[in-house]
Amino acid sequence: MSEITPDLVRHLASLSRILITDQEVEQLAGELGIIVDSVATVTKAVSGDVAATSHPIPMSNVYREDVILPSLTQLQALSGAPDSADGRFKVNAILDED
Amino acid sequence: MAKEQLMSYEDAIDRFEVVIGLEVHVELNTVSKMFCGCANNFGSEPNTNVCPTCLGLPGSLPAVNRKAVESSIAIGLALDCQIAPTGRFARKNYFYPDLAKNFQTSQFDEPIAFEGEISIELETGETFMVPIERAHMEEDAGKLTHVGGATGRIQGAEYSLVDYNRAGVPLVEIVTKPIYGALDKAPELAATYVRAVRDIVKSMNVSDAKMERGNVRCDANVSLREKGAEKLGTRTETKNVNSLKSIENTVRYEIRRQAFILAGGGTITQETRHWHEDRGHTSAGRPKSDADDYRYFPEPDLVPVKPSTDWIDEIRLTLTERPALRRKRLQAAWGFTDLEFRDVLNSDLLDEIEATVSAGASPQSARKWWTGELARLANAQQIAVQDLAITPAQIASIQKLIDNGELTDRIARDVVAGVLAGEGEPAEVVESRGLKIVNDEGALIAAIDKALASQPDVMDKIREGKVQAAGAVIGAVMQEMRGQADAARVRELILERAK
Amino acid sequence: MTEITSSSAAVLAGLISSKKASSVEITTAFLDRLEKLNPKTNSYLHFDRENSLAQAKKADQSLSEGTAASPLHGVPIAVKDNLTTTDSPTTAGSKILEGWIPQYDATVVRKLREAAMPILGKTNLDEFAMGSSTEFSAYGPSKNPWDLTRIPGGSGGGSSSAIAGHLAPLAIGSDTGGSIRFPSALTGSVGAKPTYGAVSRYGLIALASSLDQIGPVANSVLDAAMLQDVIGGHDPHDSTSLPDSLGSMVQSVSEADVKGLRVGVVKQLSSDGFQSGVKACFDDTIERLAAAGAEIVQVDCPSFEYAVAAYYLILPAEASSNLAKFDSVRFGLRVTPEGNPTIENVMAATREQGFGPEVKRRMILGTYALSSGHYDAYYGSAQKVRTLIQQDLAKAFIQADVLLTPTAPTTAFKIGEKVDDPLAMYLNDIATIPANLAGIPGISVPNGLASEDGLPSGVQILAPAMQDGQMYRAASIIEKIYTDQWGASLISKVPDLEAL
Repeated sequence: MSEITPDLVRHLASLSRILITDQEVEQLAGELGIIVDSVATVTKAVSGDVAATSHPIPMSNVYREDVILPSLTQLQALSGAPDSADGRFKVNAILDED
Repeated sequence: MAKEQLMSYEDAIDRFEVVIGLEVHVELNTVSKMFCGCANNFGSEPNTNVCPTCLGLPGSLPAVNRKAVESSIAIGLALDCQIAPTGRFARKNYFYPDLAKNFQTSQFDEPIAFEGEISIELETGETFMVPIERAHMEEDAGKLTHVGGATGRIQGAEYSLVDYNRAGVPLVEIVTKPIYGALDKAPELAATYVRAVRDIVKSMNVSDAKMERGNVRCDANVSLREKGAEKLGTRTETKNVNSLKSIENTVRYEIRRQAFILAGGGTITQETRHWHEDRGHTSAGRPKSDADDYRYFPEPDLVPVKPSTDWIDEIRLTLTERPALRRKRLQAAWGFTDLEFRDVLNSDLLDEIEATVSAGASPQSARKWWTGELARLANAQQIAVQDLAITPAQIASIQKLIDNGELTDRIARDVVAGVLAGEGEPAEVVESRGLKIVNDEGALIAAIDKALASQPDVMDKIREGKVQAAGAVIGAVMQEMRGQADAARVRELILERAK
Repeated sequence: MTEITSSSAAVLAGLISSKKASSVEITTAFLDRLEKLNPKTNSYLHFDRENSLAQAKKADQSLSEGTAASPLHGVPIAVKDNLTTTDSPTTAGSKILEGWIPQYDATVVRKLREAAMPILGKTNLDEFAMGSSTEFSAYGPSKNPWDLTRIPGGSGGGSSSAIAGHLAPLAIGSDTGGSIRFPSALTGSVGAKPTYGAVSRYGLIALASSLDQIGPVANSVLDAAMLQDVIGGHDPHDSTSLPDSLGSMVQSVSEADVKGLRVGVVKQLSSDGFQSGVKACFDDTIERLAAAGAEIVQVDCPSFEYAVAAYYLILPAEASSNLAKFDSVRFGLRVTPEGNPTIENVMAATREQGFGPEVKRRMILGTYALSSGHYDAYYGSAQKVRTLIQQDLAKAFIQADVLLTPTAPTTAFKIGEKVDDPLAMYLNDIATIPANLAGIPGISVPNGLASEDGLPSGVQILAPAMQDGQMYRAASIIEKIYTDQWGASLISKVPDLEAL
């Protein structure tokens, strides 16, 4: 329970780009603490040599041939955009340089 | 921005050991994108080569482009990498407006290719082996344009515009292991390595390879450590250095900048930097923080890539082979010792010998011809061996005649002379000069009789046990046959007669 | 309720193909009913009478001009609102997608259109399918027609309440941990989750990519089988879709024979923790099967003990990544805070306002499960539990052809009863989760009313991966046992909504 601290919740919320309120932080820390405790039992269930399953039905080598398929038009692409200009999606300025 | 202080390059190299690491992103020139059927085109109208998948619309799913996988395997093979029997895609999770899904579908701990190397030749002729950690498949992000700021960069921009035409374009990221021991050649090595990668992907036609178009991009990692120190120094990563000259300058600059700081007792900040070609320096970007927790996990919407050995072999055949790779392969296939092989390389006869072997001769016989008799002949004529008027195919057919017992080594040289003299193909020369070994026993016996007639006491000497007396008869017979006889057979016949 | 709206899809299909009724007539009957009663059940989030009737008209026209496009030609259907439709908003039950009109149809929607099945409307769900009651829908909960003060189950409560209330003869839902089967058990309807990959996920707004599957919600096993036949099949757009078709489910239903059927009862899901009335109905089902000639065996699946825990690590992890795309840039809600916000601020504010509390809970939990230093213990371990579950099931399916469990631990609970207790809510899926983790098919079939509250109970039938036909066969056997006894389907006993 103590591993889910309010600071951790704030950090996780920031990683998830969710601007949670202080009240939510407290509540989530409590709720998630309980949940994490109960799901942590999975570590007991497995020993080292069990393989992980990423895909329930094993398949491999599924490919698409290198051909062009119809695209959306610019109008269709921008149709859901909250804001656009010059045929492009418009967003507020970016903080982080990369 | 205050100009950073730099140590002189010579002093920096003198005092510190340089370790560099290079990440090169190659944009593949497939017809369609990595995970969808949108066109992989440069210069189209914004947001016209997009679909639900590369636009990251809710409910969309990716589907892997087979040609992109093929090209990635080809690049891995060209870099002498092992191709993974099982490769998996993984999600690299982070938020950025040019990333349509706010995760990049890439590869994490199961890349398609790993553990390779490439030999880089520097200006001095010195070669350097650059170790390759891995090559993996991923998708490109969209293109951001920043509006409102002074220089079109992020700082001071009012807003940004996003074009997703480039989002989803296939990329192969090639990552070197840390490169030690380049010393003062580190900047040149970095640039030369990237040029070599560019040349490879261009020659294989898997990428347009235009650095100015961003088809090949480089991130340069540089760190310094005191000479003799075990621990690696803190490294900086200068991203998106987009010309060979800039790569060299970037590495050189970072060495000088970091040296100055370290010499003054300071520490290097682990950060992302950017190179400014116009101003000749790098500048700090964002510090690396724990916001860089990408939370990689296997991509659940895609299944593993398990290339069959048949497919890999097929791709290998289509490669325009890297010289180092080819050399290694041939030496192993021919079983030459290092000395023998170096001999071949020093005489620059690899192509000729390979062609001769392809035409059917054994590797050792091919080598002996080219580095032996033919080299001697060329020398005598004061020309290069490659300029002799005889082809590998012809040598191979001459060797075949020897192997069949139709020519002796000695007579074969006459055949070569005949070909060089323009008398035609080996078979024609043999015919016209009458050089074939005579296998007709009747003729041999007749010649033996004739020789014995003029040396009647030979038979008695042989019967007394002086077998070597046969030598004179053999000699006479060979002369009579003009050398066109199998001396061993002649001896047999003589000894038989003696019984 | 008219004769039309109380009929099964198979019957309606027969009426249309024999020209005794038209698609327009049938579609109109359901539209009339849903327009009147939807305010009571809140089953539908969007419907457009004109649009549905135009589709019905087209269906009638094409039938009169040629042959039927499918065995369900002209039969109208409701679609869960997390499947993209170009002619209607698709909200996934969330504010962040309020009013969003997709630019492409989901593959299953395209198949419905090609099958000439008019779409009645989009049904309600817990936000992004995260929940088991529809109380987490941003557009209010749906209500159970058996008792409007109770939940109809979730996340597909809109579809299940529409079926139970006869506001649609057929519906399509999605099931990640029980979102089709659990609501079916609570409403006396039939709901199936096919083998993972049997139905294309292209156009399904993803929750947990390795667990999600699309399936039928219906009045009867035959109806569900007919619908699975229409929507199933390989799709090149979905790299996880099975390469080959599983064959006809309707064919399997017709081959149903109880003799020699080996029925496994899962030790971990047959006694403790089930409401007594639900348990009694389940025991009754087993007895009847035995009496009819089935062989009953006990099977042991110890790893099931960890199934819920593993699920609540895998789902949030994959969901946290799948929902990252809702960022105000290309579609959906954009909330711009005061002042001079950066795009990062806008994204964070949008997601704060656009996502409800259960979604936020799972996103944070999922981010945690994947974060560096925690991956191996949480997400990594959970993926290993999946392997153990598959191994236990493989062993069980050596001894049994199908496995039976009660579908739900309880009957429909009251609205508000569990909404503040996330863990209690998560345990609703205790019996349904293993099938999603393993990728095997599962179906819920009504098996009576619980004695203590008179509310529907369901029995779940599980079959090995790709043996959906076997699952439908066993389901139709059980269904017949009960309809023979009751004289009709359980749903025919639902209270008259118009009177409520």
